[in-house]
Order: sequence, then C-alpha cells, then structure tokens
Amino acid sequence: MNAFTKHSGVVMPLDRVNVDTDQIIPKQFLKRVERDGYEDFLFFDWRFNEDGTPNKDFVLNHPGYKDASVLVAGRNFGCGSSREHAPWALQQYGFKAIISPSYADIFYNNCFQNGLLPVTLDEVSVAHITAQAKEIPGYAVTVDLENCVVSDNEGFSVSFSLDEFKQYCMLNGLDDIGITLQDEDAITAFEARRG
Amino acid sequence: MPGKTMFDKIWDAHVVSEEPGKPSVIYVDLHLVHEVTSNQAFDGLRLAKRGVRRPDLTMATADHDIPTTDRSKPIEDPIAVQQLEHLANDTKEFNIQFADMHSPLNGIVHVVGPEQGNTQPGKVIVCGDSHTATHGAFGAFALGIGTSEVEHVLATQTLRQNKHKTMQVDVNGPLPFGVTPKDLILAIIGQIGIAGGTGYVIEYTGQAIREMSMEGRMTVCNMSIEGGARAGMVAPDETTFEYMRGRANVPQGDAFDEAVEKWKLLPSDDDAVYDAVVTIDAASLEPHLTWGTNPGQVTSITGSVPDPSSFADPADRESAERALDYMALEANTPMTEIPIDRVFIGSCTNSRIEDLRAAAEVAKGRKVSSHVGAMVVPGSYAIKQQAEAEGLDKIFLDAGFEWRNAGCSMCLAMNPDHLEPGERSASTSNRNFEGRQGKGGRTHLVSPQMAAAAAIAGHFVDIRDWEG
Repeated sequence: MNAFTKHSGVVMPLDRVNVDTDQIIPKQFLKRVERDGYEDFLFFDWRFNEDGTPNKDFVLNHPGYKDASVLVAGRNFGCGSSREHAPWALQQYGFKAIISPSYADIFYNNCFQNGLLPVTLDEVSVAHITAQAKEIPGYAVTVDLENCVVSDNEGFSVSFSLDEFKQYCMLNGLDDIGITLQDEDAITAFEARRG
Repeated sequence: MPGKTMFDKIWDAHVVSEEPGKPSVIYVDLHLVHEVTSNQAFDGLRLAKRGVRRPDLTMATADHDIPTTDRSKPIEDPIAVQQLEHLANDTKEFNIQFADMHSPLNGIVHVVGPEQGNTQPGKVIVCGDSHTATHGAFGAFALGIGTSEVEHVLATQTLRQNKHKTMQVDVNGPLPFGVTPKDLILAIIGQIGIAGGTGYVIEYTGQAIREMSMEGRMTVCNMSIEGGARAGMVAPDETTFEYMRGRANVPQGDAFDEAVEKWKLLPSDDDAVYDAVVTIDAASLEPHLTWGTNPGQVTSITGSVPDPSSFADPADRESAERALDYMALEANTPMTEIPIDRVFIGSCTNSRIEDLRAAAEVAKGRKVSSHVGAMVVPGSYAIKQQAEAEGLDKIFLDAGFEWRNAGCSMCLAMNPDHLEPGERSASTSNRNFEGRQGKGGRTHLVSPQMAAAAAIAGHFVDIRDWEG
C-alpha cells in the first residue's frame, strides 16, 4: 500500500449527499477480475451519455477539474455495497483524498486498505470547501495527515481527527495482513483454546 | 457494572488479541465467499505467497453473475465466465468447498449459509458483501467486508476491528395484518435514515421480532446495512433452534441439544445497556414502499409521493428533487396510482420459501397484468426444489410469472436479468439506487405480497384490501 503523508491538489466538488457505491462504480464493471484499470468506469452512469459521449453537465467532465485529486462530497459518501472497486476507481482516476462530513462504514474502511484518505470534516467546512471549489478556478487544498489539517492558500485551515492506528498505518503504508501475522502465535493459541 | 449485550458476549468470545490504541484482532468462525469480491483477494494471496489459513471455515458459492435461465446452456457473457472460472480455480487451489451453479448446494450466499446450517448463533461471520448482516438473524455477529479484508480473513482467519457501538431497535407489539418484516425494516430505515445506524450494530428486540419466523428475521437483519449499520442481530430462541435442527452442518442428536444450551446464554442480559435505543410501535405500521432512489426514501402504501419542498434540510430537498426527476414521479401522486412494468420477486432479502409462499398466495388463480413482466427467482436450488414440491411453481406459471433458477438476478443485474431504461419495477430486493436494476431503471422496494399484487393489478395496491 502507498503511504500518505501530505497531498496538495485541485478540489472537485460533488455537491450531493448519499453518493452510493453503485454510482461510484456500476455493477457491470465488477465482473472484471483485475485490481486495476477502473479509472475509466468511475461514476460511469453520471459521466457518460447513452451514446457513450461525456455528459457535459457532470462535474467530472468540466475542464477546470480535469486534474483534480481531492474530491469533496456531501454526507454519507460511499453508502451501499461493500465493493472495494469504489475506492479503486476513485484512486486509479487520480483522487488521493476525499473530504466529506461522513462516510458509510465499509467504504471508509476500504479506503484505508488502499491508501486513499477519507477526511471527515464538519458540515460548515465541507460547505466552504465546496463553494470555493465551485467559484475559484484551480482551487486547491493541502491535506496534511501527519498534523491532521486541511488548508488552502486563502487562509482557510481546519483540523480533522481519525483513528490513530489508521493514521499510523496510512502514514507508513503498512499492510494490515503483515501486521496481523505478527500476532500469529495468538491466533494459533486462540484456535487451540477453542478446540 | 451493567450486564452485557449479545454483541458484547460474542465480541468478547472472539478477541484473539487487543492492545490499547489498536483495533482488536477478532476470530472469524465462518467466511462466506462469492465470485465478485474474491478474485483479487486470492490473487493477493498468491502474490504474497500466502495460503488460506482455514479452508474448513470457508465456503464459496456462485450467485451474482449466474444466469437464472436454462443452465444447460453456456453462459454468454465472457467476462462473467472468466470471473466464475477464477473462483472455481481459486477454491480448487486453496481446497475450499465451492457450490457452482450446477451444484444442488448452490444459491445466494446469504441463503445457503443458514440453509445448510453453517450459520449458527454466537458465530462471527464475514463475507465480501454488505448483506452479510442477514446471518445476524441467528444471533451471530455477521458483517460485510471489502476485498482487502477478504484477503486478510483468508490469510489469518481474523479481522481487525474497532468495537462497534450498539443500537437496540425495540419493536413493541405484534405486526398488524398485512404488515410484513419487509415493511417493518423499510419503516425502520425511514425512521432512522440511511446513515442512522452508521457505526452501530443493531439488535432487534420486542414482541414483533420474537413472533417472527427465521425468514422474517433474516429479511429484517439483511437490510440493516440500508440503515447504515454493519450488522443486525436477533437473539436466538426456540424459533431459531427449531429452524436449525437437523440441517446438514449443525451438530446432530445430543450434540445439538448441548449446543442449544450454550446458545441460550447468548441473549443480552436484562440490565445490558445499549449506546442508542429506538422504539417502534408496531401497531402503527402500514405496508411500506420506496418512492425515491435510496431505501430511506420510503412511505406507506396509503401515502403519496412527497413534495420535495416539504423537506426542511436543503440537502434532503435537493436529494428528493433529483430522485423524483430520476423516478419520473410527480409530487403528491398517491402511491397506489403508480403503474409498473416489471416485478422481481427474489434476492437475499426476500427469496426464501416463506416469501415465495406469501407471493404465491396472492397470485393464486389470478393473472399478471398484460403490460407487466414478472419473474420469481428462488434464493437457492433447495428452495426451488421445495417450492416445486409444494406446487408454488405451478401457481406462478399459471398466473403468468416466469419461474427461474436461483441467483442474485435482478437485485443488482450483474447477470442478464435487468430493467430497460425507463422501466419501473416493484422489487422485493434491498436497493433502489439509480441504475441498480439496470441503467435508467426505476425501482420501488416492496414486500413479496405487495410485489405479487402489483404484478396482477399493474400498479401498487394496498395488500390489506387485496382479499377483502
């Protein structure tokens, strides 16, 4: 897993609540057995018209957000299914961090497994970043995981919190399985105890 | 010190190791696997030269991709074939039991686990599928996980988890006539909201739950995730034990009675304290159905499509506007006046024998409306066999329903079963997200009874008026 320490990038506003994983990556792409190559399918049904041309009304297709690497979205982002293809698609498209007031549990965990940072900020801060991203061309923020701060060049700065262990694993790009296997004796002992 | 909740008891019995500031390592008793969320996990194991720690605690089935039509014919979709072959090879290589689509043990992963007796009280159960919450109906802690976690469980038979908070949803009184477990869970989601259970494990309690069959409890627990909760649970009781007795993979004979004595210790202590409590008055419930594009956008059958301006929260208002636009519905339209094109009876929410019996009772001797296409997809091969032994297939076929083979089918339309753009369905499944049943499709979630009645009437009807 890639480590995440600090990232600065253009913000793309997805000003909707309850964005579900069926929208992030529709089911027809879950039949692929690969772990990569999902970037072209991100938000597929919102992003493309029936005839396959880009839907110009969808924010992802606005030229100003072409190089966006931070996604800001409404509350309960990533609700619905457990498909890890959702964070894969977001990450492979080029997003390094997401900012939202809240996330669905499974999606939130899946992000950390892949080095995609979901930042939880209060509604007011999210509304502020969303408004700035809509109004200021090329508006960017810096997400600093070490100090847990999101800031911009306009003087805005807000701190966030997250589980310390998740922060530690993300900062160091640690693989969960490797960590757990350090505890293999405890697993074996547990199995022996249970018979 | 207050007593323990059932969740506390199961959690405590499964802690392998814990350290302050770190998530606990929790042992997994049963790992269910299907074709869609496991390929990359097995590849990850190979890449890291790791094995499957406990193939004997792992079971796999094919359910999402498989066609529900004639299975003697080859699958036409080459990508689906590749994915199914991947799982067949993975399970062979790692020595895991696998029920492919030709096996008599095949079915939807959340149907076959309980059916074969692998799902048991007190277990920790995981699957790379958000509807794993279903298994909590037996008094298990069952939760959906992502593919990286699937790989973690395959390699270590454990999961790293911070302990969840607990929410009691207490359903007072019996369910009134015509109100099913599906209506109850839709009403609960409507009340707590689709993120109301985020961070919690829900335990459903109260008279309505105690009087409910195992099929009904599975329907309720299944949709816990639609309220944001990773897991839902119901305390095991005589209903649970009677459902389990004699199933293939439960202890047999005296060993079963001994197991029951242990399982009887699982229910939450009388003085257990939950982090949150929600009370539902069952007597006030009516049959429910969704009008929007998430399971919380729900109303009763006597209600109407809401006016977006009636929502106080601007985000909810905009969400409702978007939903009405997508669903092609006018505000204030009575729900019973909405015509439908398609009916889907099936999915891990409502494809069990009791669901099929209930739908068949409504359909018996009647005909599906001439402008509606309706299909019934049993949850497993075994349920299909049982339904046919009871003559339910004849009832459905005579009424003009299609009678299909088991699978996830049009719940998420990964196989060939899907809505065409603009088609409107009455569906017994669990999600009404945009495009869920096919791009441009419009889904209304309902109970099996309401789905069958809608198929016949051609529009939604109040099931309470059906036979009167």
